[in-house]
Amino acid sequence: MPVSYVHLWLWRSVVLICLVLGVSAVNGESKSDTHHHGNGSSITGIPIVSFKWHHVETPYLIVLWILVAGVAKMVIEANHHVTSVIPESALLICVGFLFGGIIWGADQKQTFSLTPTVFFFYLLPQIILDAGYFMPNKLFFSNLGGILIHAVIGTCWNAASVGLSLWGCHQGGAMGDIDIGLLQYLLFGSLIAAVDPVAVIAVFEEVHVNEVLFIMVFGESLLNDGVTVVLFNVFDAFVSLGGEKINAVEIIKGIISFFVVAFGGSLVGFVFGLLISLLTRCTKNIQIIEAGFIFVLGYLSYLTAEMLSLSAILSIAFCGICCQKYINANMDEKSVITVKYVMKVFANGSETIIFLFLGISAIDKTIWVWNTGFILLTVFFVFVYRCIGVFFLTWIQNKFRLVPLEVMDRIIMSYGGLRGAVAYGLAMMLDENKIKEKNLMIGTTLIVVYFTVILQGITMKPLVTWLKVKRASANEITLIEKVQNKVFDHMLVAIEDISGQIGHNYMRDKWKHFEEKWMSWFLMKPSARKKHDLVFDVFHQLNLKDAMNYVAEGERRGSLEFIRNETAFIDFKKKFADEYSEAMPDITVDMSDSYAAHSSMRDTVPSISLELHDQNTNGLRETEDINTHHLLQQHLYKGRKQHRHKYSRSHFTVNQDENEVQEIFQRTMRTRLESFKSTKMGVAPPKTITKHPKKDQQQKMPNGKSTDNGKYCHCDDDDFEFSGDDGASGYDPSAGSFPMRVTYRPGAGIENPVFMPDLDPMAPMQIPPWLAEAELDSSTVALSQRAQTGLPWTPSNLQRLAPLRISTRSTDSFMMADVPASQRQDEHLPPPPPPPPPSDDDRGHL
Amino acid sequence: MGSRASTLLREEEIEEIKKETGFSHSQITRLYSRFTSLDKGENGTLSREDFQRIPELAINPLGDRIINAFFPEGEDQVNFRGFMRTLAHFRPIEDNEKNKNSSASEPLNSRTNKLLFAFRLYDLDRDDKISRDELLQVLEKVDVEQKMSIRFLH
Repeated sequence: MPVSYVHLWLWRSVVLICLVLGVSAVNGESKSDTHHHGNGSSITGIPIVSFKWHHVETPYLIVLWILVAGVAKMVIEANHHVTSVIPESALLICVGFLFGGIIWGADQKQTFSLTPTVFFFYLLPQIILDAGYFMPNKLFFSNLGGILIHAVIGTCWNAASVGLSLWGCHQGGAMGDIDIGLLQYLLFGSLIAAVDPVAVIAVFEEVHVNEVLFIMVFGESLLNDGVTVVLFNVFDAFVSLGGEKINAVEIIKGIISFFVVAFGGSLVGFVFGLLISLLTRCTKNIQIIEAGFIFVLGYLSYLTAEMLSLSAILSIAFCGICCQKYINANMDEKSVITVKYVMKVFANGSETIIFLFLGISAIDKTIWVWNTGFILLTVFFVFVYRCIGVFFLTWIQNKFRLVPLEVMDRIIMSYGGLRGAVAYGLAMMLDENKIKEKNLMIGTTLIVVYFTVILQGITMKPLVTWLKVKRASANEITLIEKVQNKVFDHMLVAIEDISGQIGHNYMRDKWKHFEEKWMSWFLMKPSARKKHDLVFDVFHQLNLKDAMNYVAEGERRGSLEFIRNETAFIDFKKKFADEYSEAMPDITVDMSDSYAAHSSMRDTVPSISLELHDQNTNGLRETEDINTHHLLQQHLYKGRKQHRHKYSRSHFTVNQDENEVQEIFQRTMRTRLESFKSTKMGVAPPKTITKHPKKDQQQKMPNGKSTDNGKYCHCDDDDFEFSGDDGASGYDPSAGSFPMRVTYRPGAGIENPVFMPDLDPMAPMQIPPWLAEAELDSSTVALSQRAQTGLPWTPSNLQRLAPLRISTRSTDSFMMADVPASQRQDEHLPPPPPPPPPSDDDRGHL
Repeated sequence: MGSRASTLLREEEIEEIKKETGFSHSQITRLYSRFTSLDKGENGTLSREDFQRIPELAINPLGDRIINAFFPEGEDQVNFRGFMRTLAHFRPIEDNEKNKNSSASEPLNSRTNKLLFAFRLYDLDRDDKISRDELLQVLEKVDVEQKMSIRFLH
């Protein structure tokens, strides 16, 4: 196998090289052909086919290069051993060298190189948008002070120190005879000073350092664009003006322009972010294209800022940062996923192309002017001044930070000051009339970039390991930890209030309230606002994952038939866990995260969302349908009670689509109808799902788990309808399949009959639907021992898995679900009154 | 700000508080002025109502419990000493304090004391145990948004 693998690898590389050769050859040819093509030269007869290369040249080449980049990445990624030692970006540069050599050999000149226009307009924006969109906002903003210090002061320091030192060395004669003045040195310093976001992402990707460290370096690399743009333009203007015209006014203007550029750019980004959020708020009817808006508007924000000579990178970054929360809430789930993946595709593609061309562009004799002193000194100064700058600034920072940055982190921060394509792009933009030594600068910039990306990139991981830098934790912290953090946050805010101190927590709290009250109201869809509760999202995602895993497991075993086997069923839980890793290694990786994260809160049995099931309902055959229903049910009720449910403080209207749902239900469950007439367990005919308020049934599991897990309320929205409940219950489908009532018991909070076992007056107990169905299918479904011992929340609860709605009040808690149960145990159950609106103040009693 | 002799902060008091809590002189004076501004009744002590008058505390889910934490068992008034003692739990931990207080009891802002404070937030009935109900009661009021962002499908 390895042999053929290597073969494959080799073949791919050969194909790649041929492609490149072909491209350059054709390109060369076409140049000579252009002359002929233009004027329909003498036609002797009608050509049946003709080779119209010129016709398609430009787009063809572009797409071909994208293809080449993709294949190159494929070749590189084929061997993980190599990529874990050498970062992918370094390998891409090397491959770029190779290609550059081929093209150079074919054409005697570098036909393809990274031009500033292509880079700044077509390749960079999507990377920054991706960075902004996936930025961990909380982390970013809590470290914003430090990030700004490094971005602004650090970059200025880098620029000034490198420029001045080089000038000093020049004066001292270390560089021989080159024609660069002080201003030009400063200009060069400013373009080489900026830490590059692309390179940082590329290198730090392999090395998972702790979040604070990463966000400091990465945030700095994003925000320093504001400084870089200003410095570059200011010094460029100075160079044009000449040394004499620089006076205090100009310098002051430069400083002012920094503020304007930086804040202006951010403001533009912010405005566009709001615009996107507003747009997605209204895109309910065009869900198919709403994913495109972020890209279009993001790019627009970039171009707008560029047009106004503001910082374009800041603009698009803030656009992404601001809009992420709202568009994720507003858009349809599929659109959200689409956006995520497309963004990653674009960003990765761009990054690959950038690094490839960084390599290719180097193989160009015309740009190389070698000046040992200049180059070596630049590299040296860049590195040294970065270290000095970082250490000094972090030392100052640590005086004000609550959690000081450790020495190891600071070392990595200084080592992580990578320069990349932005510096190269800026160098290419230099005006060669004003700056005679442009080629020298370009060459030096390239050398610096290679030094940082390749050398520092390769050594970053070993350094991090050697220094024992704190790495990112492998798992997400558990749910209870997150809740506890929240408790601490509130505590801190309260103490700050009491002591009258306007502190960090206070401001954050104020912003949060403002944001919840005003911005969410303005920018989020009403339905999304109500639903916007992240614990529910977690629950939802978990359910989806469970369902998908479950179905995948079923597919792996051939069908969901395995549930028919009693032994298999009983061991299902164990089997599932055991075979988990073998069956779905990749899913397990993700799931183990969420399992670890939520193990304290959940059963090990996955709870599966019926919503997902509903989407599949129409496609399944009946028997499969039934079986799936069973299995989902069985596990659903187990896990459900421990999850968070949402309250609705609204009324209890019947779901409009109930009839439609019922119809589907009837169609599929018709066969089960008859069997429910008689029962083995001595219960009366199965509960009918009625629309009136259900009585509560206090049923506790033998092991004392709380019974009331039902705080689901239906929701008026069609969007979140859980019509999948038709599978939930094996009961008489003619009855309403949606329980729409929420019962209200004083002192016990809101109960939703969704999860209250539906109790017919006549029936003391309930038939587990699987049992009832067993009769129908002649015991095809075995009753799990677990289910036999106790009928806690039977799937009758599930029958009323009404659409979920999250209360807008965030004080709901899934723990609440358990509280009333325990309280209820003590009080005698009164018959539920006609459902009044669930009220939040009732919860206050608890 | 009324100035009765009993409510003025004397140097010796400042010194004592400094030693007990570790706050600096300027911090103590500033917190004292805050204390007196909260103390509407001007009797040198704060009651629960004084705390509840702080607007932001009202919307804080844990507001009541925090206020309770200021008042020692059974009492309804807290004087400046008690006020400072509670606030001292929130000073940042300094490593060099370990050396100074090796013999004395741990400083108020030590890790143990911070944890004790947090524990008492949960333990409403002060029986030194957190019962399940007490835990649930805290968690129900906690705003769990924004902490719960787990990225899937990546």
